[in-house]
Amino acid sequence: MDNKDTFILGGKEFKSRFILGSGKYSMELIKAAVENAGAEIITLAVRRTNTKKNENILDYIPDNVTLLPNTSGARDAKEAVRIARMSRELGCGDFVKIEIMRDSKYLLPDNAETIKATEILANEGFVVLPYMYPDLYAARSLADAGAAAVMPLASPIGSNKGLATKDFIQILIDETDLPVIVDAGIGKPSQACEAMEMGAAAIMANTAIATAGDIPVMAGAFKSAIEAGRSAYLAGLGRVLERGASASDPLTGFLRD
Amino acid sequence: MAQNQFFVDSDKLSGTALEHKHLIENDPSARTDHMEYLEGMEKISSDIMDKVLGAAAAFDYNKYNAADVKRAINNETCSIEDFKALLSPAAMPFLEEMAQRAKAETSKHFGNTVYMFTPLYIANFCENYCIYCGFNCYNDINRKKLDMQEIEHEMKVIAESGIEEILMLTGESRSQSSIEYIGEACKLARKYFRNTGLEIYPVNSDEYRYLHECGADYVTVFQETYDPVKYETLHLMGHKRVFPYRFDAQERAIMGGMRGVGISALLGLADFRKDALATALHAYYLQRKYPHAEYSLSCPRLRPIINNDKINPLDVHEKELCQVLCAYRIFLPYVGITVSSREQKQFRDGIVKIAATKVSAGVSTGIGDHESKYNGLEDENAGDEQFEISDARSFDEMYGDMASEGLQPVLNDYVYV
Amino acid sequence: MVQINGESIDAAGKTLSAYLAENNYIIEGIAVECNEKIIPKQKYNEYTLSDGDIVEIVSFVGGGQ
Repeated sequence: MDNKDTFILGGKEFKSRFILGSGKYSMELIKAAVENAGAEIITLAVRRTNTKKNENILDYIPDNVTLLPNTSGARDAKEAVRIARMSRELGCGDFVKIEIMRDSKYLLPDNAETIKATEILANEGFVVLPYMYPDLYAARSLADAGAAAVMPLASPIGSNKGLATKDFIQILIDETDLPVIVDAGIGKPSQACEAMEMGAAAIMANTAIATAGDIPVMAGAFKSAIEAGRSAYLAGLGRVLERGASASDPLTGFLRD
Repeated sequence: MAQNQFFVDSDKLSGTALEHKHLIENDPSARTDHMEYLEGMEKISSDIMDKVLGAAAAFDYNKYNAADVKRAINNETCSIEDFKALLSPAAMPFLEEMAQRAKAETSKHFGNTVYMFTPLYIANFCENYCIYCGFNCYNDINRKKLDMQEIEHEMKVIAESGIEEILMLTGESRSQSSIEYIGEACKLARKYFRNTGLEIYPVNSDEYRYLHECGADYVTVFQETYDPVKYETLHLMGHKRVFPYRFDAQERAIMGGMRGVGISALLGLADFRKDALATALHAYYLQRKYPHAEYSLSCPRLRPIINNDKINPLDVHEKELCQVLCAYRIFLPYVGITVSSREQKQFRDGIVKIAATKVSAGVSTGIGDHESKYNGLEDENAGDEQFEISDARSFDEMYGDMASEGLQPVLNDYVYV
Repeated sequence: MVQINGESIDAAGKTLSAYLAENNYIIEGIAVECNEKIIPKQKYNEYTLSDGDIVEIVSFVGGGQ
């Protein structure tokens, strides 16, 4: 892979195109997962802390990794903004992944509230990465609101169902100038690879790794798949031959020299 | 490469006029800075021109090979790189495959429809010296500007033929054909037609807004060539000489509320492959910035004009033209593509089955002569034509021909809002 | 009474830093919000909790999808 193939978020340059989640598995495994994933960005959540447990997740995350706190738990723009401000106060930079869900069954993102929160937080200097339903109008509004990237879902969060929204994600990739980071629902390395072949800037995955038989090994498998997909995208995919011939009358016989 | 000989002197020009004409023809330093805005020209903030000109300048079309072209024809989404391959000389042997793909795209987005319209030239006064154009201010032609009564008469004649969409044109003279004059003509057009396009000198966004309120739906401005250096040598005098103001015209028109805009280079003036790339990218970047607007491309080639019958499109033969149109269609499947009566019948009949979605019919590029042309009446007072047309079919003939080619002629598909 | 992380606690009159120290919070790992406003760490000893305050004390946990 070309060493110069990097992507930029909030003025920071990243070589790895794998954003790793840190949920649903034990802190002891985070370091091995990050290393095997080659991840440079890891997501975290913000929660009420209780005094009995003084274990700090930050102690398990290598120093060179950029933290991407999310606003999970927020049900509207106002709550997301509060959580984002608290996460910044925790002292780990200006990155924030906006997640606003008002549906506890499917956990689908609320695009309208997400746009509002993006505008407020971008104006406060946050590097805003909004989790979204892949809707072109919403993506454009998010770009106008100051988002640093868009993070469309591939399928319902945690479902491991893969690229259910493939055609719509392709539209976002083709039509917006922001990096498109495919988030949620990627269940297997092959699906991550496919999204990268389509031209996604990066992949965010958590559940697929957290629920794997061997977490660090699966993190490595995703790394390889994402790199392979990226290389394929840069190389330009070969042509697909339609089955059978498409014989039809010549269309260009009328042309004069 | 062959060159056109554009300079023609008229013996009707005064000594001073001739002297000035020769001076600006021969001495580049006597000409104004074509990148400098003139007073009153609105400057908008846009990076589209830089993007388009940068891409055109860097376009090395000889680096593409057959494999690049094949891949581009087969890719589901045509990237900018794919489009460049399709415009390259390497694509020539694949013209039929490109046409097949283009046809598939056209039918996906437009079915088998073909839109029909007619142009109406209401004035041919011009303040510019564009050396290839029949209306240029040094060319000895009959000048005419229709008054409102004459315009209405022309419109009646055209509307009676069945046409529902009109494209109104003027020469580029703000003093002879003022915004108010054009606005009044738009109000008349609204009475007789379902939609009205304008092809006039570029104006400011508030003026586009006024014209839209008067009834105009879309605005077409030809950049002629996207090579600013070449542009400077072709547009020697007048407001049209200001390259960037012309470039941003479509964007100002959209800002002024126009529903759609038309974009084009006049092929044969400069390197046509670079001009074709720039034309399509101009539409592409505008569409990304203003996704609600409608876009159309034209692909005119140079034609002979009155007093200079030698002007020709040089290396842009029908095959090259077809290549460009197919590449446009594959890269921008959603845009309208207009093929004018500058092209002859067989070409137009063929290309509407591949890539074009709009043709003109019942065309006159003269001023006030629709009645004579449509009904065979003589009119010695008519103003002279901008260029010679190659396809003189009437609306009825065109309608019949399109239908017999298996296409569905459409006269308009929306209402003015 | 003060609402701290959803619980009613008799902490009115105490400074924030006193409350946090009493309850063994590790200052580096937390952020505090009072009545929807962030209290910066250097202001903990200036902020006195009052009746009706709504306080959130948060830290990072694992999270993704």
